Amino acid sequence: MSFSVTEPSNRTKWFAGFMVIAYAVITIMPLLWIITTGFKSPSDAIAYPPKVLFEPSLEGYVNLFTERTRATAGMLEEAGEPTTWYDQIVRENGMLISGPSRYGERFLNSVIIGFGSTLLCMVLGTAGAYAFSRFRVPLKDDLLFFILSTRMMPPIAVAIPIFLMFRNLGLNDTHLGMILLYTAVNLSLSVWLLKGFIDEIPIEYEEAALIDGYTRFQAFYKVVLPQAATGIASTAIFCLIFAWNEYAFAVLLTSGTAQTAPPFIPTIIGVGGKDWPAVAAGATIFLVPVMVFTILLRKHLLRGITFGAVRK
Amino acid sequence: MTQTPIDRVAQATPAPVARRIRGLSDRAIAWIFVAPSIFLLLAVNIFPLIWTIRLSFTNFRANRPNRDVEWVGLRNYERILTDSDIWNTMQATAHFLFWTIALQVIIGFALAYLINKKFKGNDLWTTVIVLPMMLSPAVVGNFWTFLYQPQIGLFNYVVTFFTGADPSSFSMIGDVHLAPWAIVIADTWMWTPFVMLICLAGLRSIPDSIYEAAECDRASKLRQFWTITIPMVLPFLMLAVLFRGIENFKMFDLVVQLTGGGPGSITEVTSINLKREAFEKWRTGYSSAYAVILFVTVFGLASIYVKALNKVKER
Repeated sequence: MSFSVTEPSNRTKWFAGFMVIAYAVITIMPLLWIITTGFKSPSDAIAYPPKVLFEPSLEGYVNLFTERTRATAGMLEEAGEPTTWYDQIVRENGMLISGPSRYGERFLNSVIIGFGSTLLCMVLGTAGAYAFSRFRVPLKDDLLFFILSTRMMPPIAVAIPIFLMFRNLGLNDTHLGMILLYTAVNLSLSVWLLKGFIDEIPIEYEEAALIDGYTRFQAFYKVVLPQAATGIASTAIFCLIFAWNEYAFAVLLTSGTAQTAPPFIPTIIGVGGKDWPAVAAGATIFLVPVMVFTILLRKHLLRGITFGAVRK
Repeated sequence: MTQTPIDRVAQATPAPVARRIRGLSDRAIAWIFVAPSIFLLLAVNIFPLIWTIRLSFTNFRANRPNRDVEWVGLRNYERILTDSDIWNTMQATAHFLFWTIALQVIIGFALAYLINKKFKGNDLWTTVIVLPMMLSPAVVGNFWTFLYQPQIGLFNYVVTFFTGADPSSFSMIGDVHLAPWAIVIADTWMWTPFVMLICLAGLRSIPDSIYEAAECDRASKLRQFWTITIPMVLPFLMLAVLFRGIENFKMFDLVVQLTGGGPGSITEVTSINLKREAFEKWRTGYSSAYAVILFVTVFGLASIYVKALNKVKER
């Protein structure tokens, strides 16, 4: 083994590892608490001292997806035998299912708006980034910087005129309105990041393609796009995560048909107070996909979150 | 235009072939590619900005669109800058900004420094630490109110466990003195990984050869830390502070879910205050002026800061 003066000693490594793991365990606790609370019964969820070991229950998930009404013994009798396992769980608490909750719809809205805006953003962003990277666009740098700087505004400040504009155009509380809005918010970051990725592709490839008789457009989608695929994918996941997590615009501009999950989840309440297992269940379903994407994305994380200012 | 090989080829080929090579002209393609983005950004970013500036000189109220709009000149600005409530809001924001940035820089840098010791499995643990940052602040913030519950919350239980205090004796969210710290703690938990990641990139950008040279000169480890590590990470650290500063200045989702500005208005940071003015009191003209002031403040401070950052980088 070669000796290096910059290689930390084993003791240092042990100490560093211990400290970092300790921090990681503490920092992951709230997240584990969300996931476990989702599987607790309501009484376990509010037990003191907090229960680490508990009997798993799907009550939170059932409550999340259903609307229930309190039923008298007679009504329960009348309803006959429970037909499904979730029916069973609800009946044990002396209630009857009166219909599905809104969570499914809200989650679907998040999916539609998230993926819709990401797709649109990638189409516009890749084209824009290619043009900014390869052609002379007048006032290029000023334009890019100004567009980026509009992200410094608090979303509430931007929301005032957008609210008025959407109201006049009939876009308030519509999927289309939210898709356009999130696309615009993400577009500056996407163009900026994608331009960085495209800049790294040697221009010689396209020139070779052009000499072989491709048109500019063919060269773009047959040569540049495949080369930029990784960059496009990681930028897309960033846009998706932003649209997925966004709360301020969603809470101000949507209320019914197009409301996404983040403004909805905090409003989940049960009978007589907040139904924490249901909230936790809703949060778990909503957060776990992002956790998975984060793990997949870990190599590209830095570039995305720093607007491409730090590459590595 | 500089001559690219394509231009040279184009000049050397006969006209019909040249047309086939070039297809649409570059200029046309550039415009076709950029125009939709520019259009969307003009419509959703720039146009509203101009509209906000225009509204800020009027007494328009969005909940009464049919009322006559009066031009009030600079009166909105005057009222905002002399309003003591706004200054309380600014104070709450300043407290939030100062403590979150201070804690995140200290913890984030320490973590990055330790991770850079390259112990076994550091990749895995880094990914674990990064998780909170990527999640929805509104959803997670909402859940933190559960952790902060006086009787049943995990946070209170842990504090009780170590200090022996009565778990129902303090309420992080309900207490005037503790609420500002409740949002600082949650934000620090969420965003420390961000500072850590940037610091880590900074630390990894320092070439080993510099340390080797220092070792040859018999510089102590402490000396190496202060004269090599810190100066070389500083530009990265400043960048992290810039990002966190801008983000926390406009912080809305986490705080609104955690405390909603309360108790009273003790944690009413600017975004929440602005939301109340614009969407609860419906003073659209007034809040537009407020928004313009905030934008000018952030933009001004950020520009000065970026200048300082560039100076540090040059050294």
